[in-house]
Amino acid sequence: MRYSGLRVIKEALTGHKGWKPIWRNPEPQSSYDYIIIGGGGHGLATAYYLSNTFKKARIAVLEKGWLGSGNIGRNTTIIRSNYLLPGNEPFYEFSMKLWENLEQEFNFNAMVSQRGILNLLHTDAQRDAYRRRGNAMILAGADAELLDQDGVRAMYPWLNFDNARFPIKGGLLQRRAGTARHDGVAWGYARGADLKGVDLIQNCEVTGFRIENGTMRGVETSRGYIAANKVGVAVAGSTGRVMAMAGMRMPIESHVLQAFVSEGLKPTIDGVITFGAGHFYVSQSDKGGLVFGGDIDGYNSYAQRGNMAVIEDVAQGGMALMPAIGRARLLRVWGGIMDMSMDGSPIIDRTPVSGLYLNAGWCYGGFKATPASGYAFAHLLATDTPHETARAYRLDRFERGLPIDEKGMGAQPNLH
Amino acid sequence: MLIPHPLLGLRDAEEFTYLGDARLLDRPDGMAEGAAAAFYEYVHLRDNPAGVHRELWFHEQGDRSWLVVTRNTVTHEILGAELARNVKGGAA
Repeated sequence: MRYSGLRVIKEALTGHKGWKPIWRNPEPQSSYDYIIIGGGGHGLATAYYLSNTFKKARIAVLEKGWLGSGNIGRNTTIIRSNYLLPGNEPFYEFSMKLWENLEQEFNFNAMVSQRGILNLLHTDAQRDAYRRRGNAMILAGADAELLDQDGVRAMYPWLNFDNARFPIKGGLLQRRAGTARHDGVAWGYARGADLKGVDLIQNCEVTGFRIENGTMRGVETSRGYIAANKVGVAVAGSTGRVMAMAGMRMPIESHVLQAFVSEGLKPTIDGVITFGAGHFYVSQSDKGGLVFGGDIDGYNSYAQRGNMAVIEDVAQGGMALMPAIGRARLLRVWGGIMDMSMDGSPIIDRTPVSGLYLNAGWCYGGFKATPASGYAFAHLLATDTPHETARAYRLDRFERGLPIDEKGMGAQPNLH
Repeated sequence: MLIPHPLLGLRDAEEFTYLGDARLLDRPDGMAEGAAAAFYEYVHLRDNPAGVHRELWFHEQGDRSWLVVTRNTVTHEILGAELARNVKGGAA
């Protein structure tokens, strides 16, 4: 079933009786060629590109809960490619290009909205850093504009420009960045994979690996043993737990990141704004709620909920940037578990176990990476070679002294 | 979260800075055979358990002592706290 405007009109005139479930709910088979562990955004995107682009078959996605029950539905929906380092920027720009054509590609409304992201700057040093970042983006084929204070004022006149401590002096604008409907992304990839015969198996927890002589044979699950020679792990947040079953310790700590949405307000913010003096980012959903977030809580956690101190810290960032936010009431606060890696950058690589592949370490930047992560991981699974934009995301880069540390924080996961 | 400081009683976790797994107290010997591999594991690899976790907290806004806090990473329940110097022995 293809979606189209005509189809919507036809269904509207016939009582919406023609809509069907958009994926099957199959029983697991005894063996597959490819198993993806994790039915979140990255796992589903991997299955989608593996079946649609790389034309592979006999693929299963194993999901402990329901599809899209993790961070794909918990983020603040921002998509962007405004990174600095050569190991990162081409990858995220590749992702941005996939976003731009995503809905046509998988025929599903993911509400991709290129409404622009504005990173505010508050000091001369920060202007230099953003000019450098903007140049790095342009070199990698992305777009970037450096705005002065008047340029920012023309976009958002109600920001607190004259804050005594952190006056707003300008900003780095990426117009092609924006937001997407995060659940829609998971559903679109799930539907596209299912249409190509991928088995999306929910309520199926992986409980162990069967590894013989260093080679992957299959996985033990809560619904029985399933054989597969190639197993891809895409379980951000739980990477440490899953890889421990294969006897590996990871360069990753799990941390909780909170996100927030206010009550519905009149249209105020038509893009994404980030505060450059604290950690605060905000956009406005189509329903009117301000969607915003800040730092991770900072301690190891698997709780999917955080503490009050960070809520206060994020609210203070918002108040410093846009004092009007003080009149808005919070509607919901939630948390997701982040794979915080040792350099703040992800891993898409083979592992010491032949046939076991890893997609992990997305820190709190995994959503924008979803299309490229899936594409690059599918490329790796299908060809055993890394995608050209993901070559730097090696598991052994820490041992070899080749970290990709955007913030220059060193091996301290809670600072990335 | 309130951390039961062994000297000061219950203190707000906001007064502390978090470092990570208490295994960081066991620094490898840089002169030993295989020190490079040992330091790679020490600096970069973590057990990252879901459940009971022993971890280092620094009382930066307080008496500037290092604590080893035992905490459940699934529930955030704090099960105990001890002075790191008593765990490590000597100056930690």
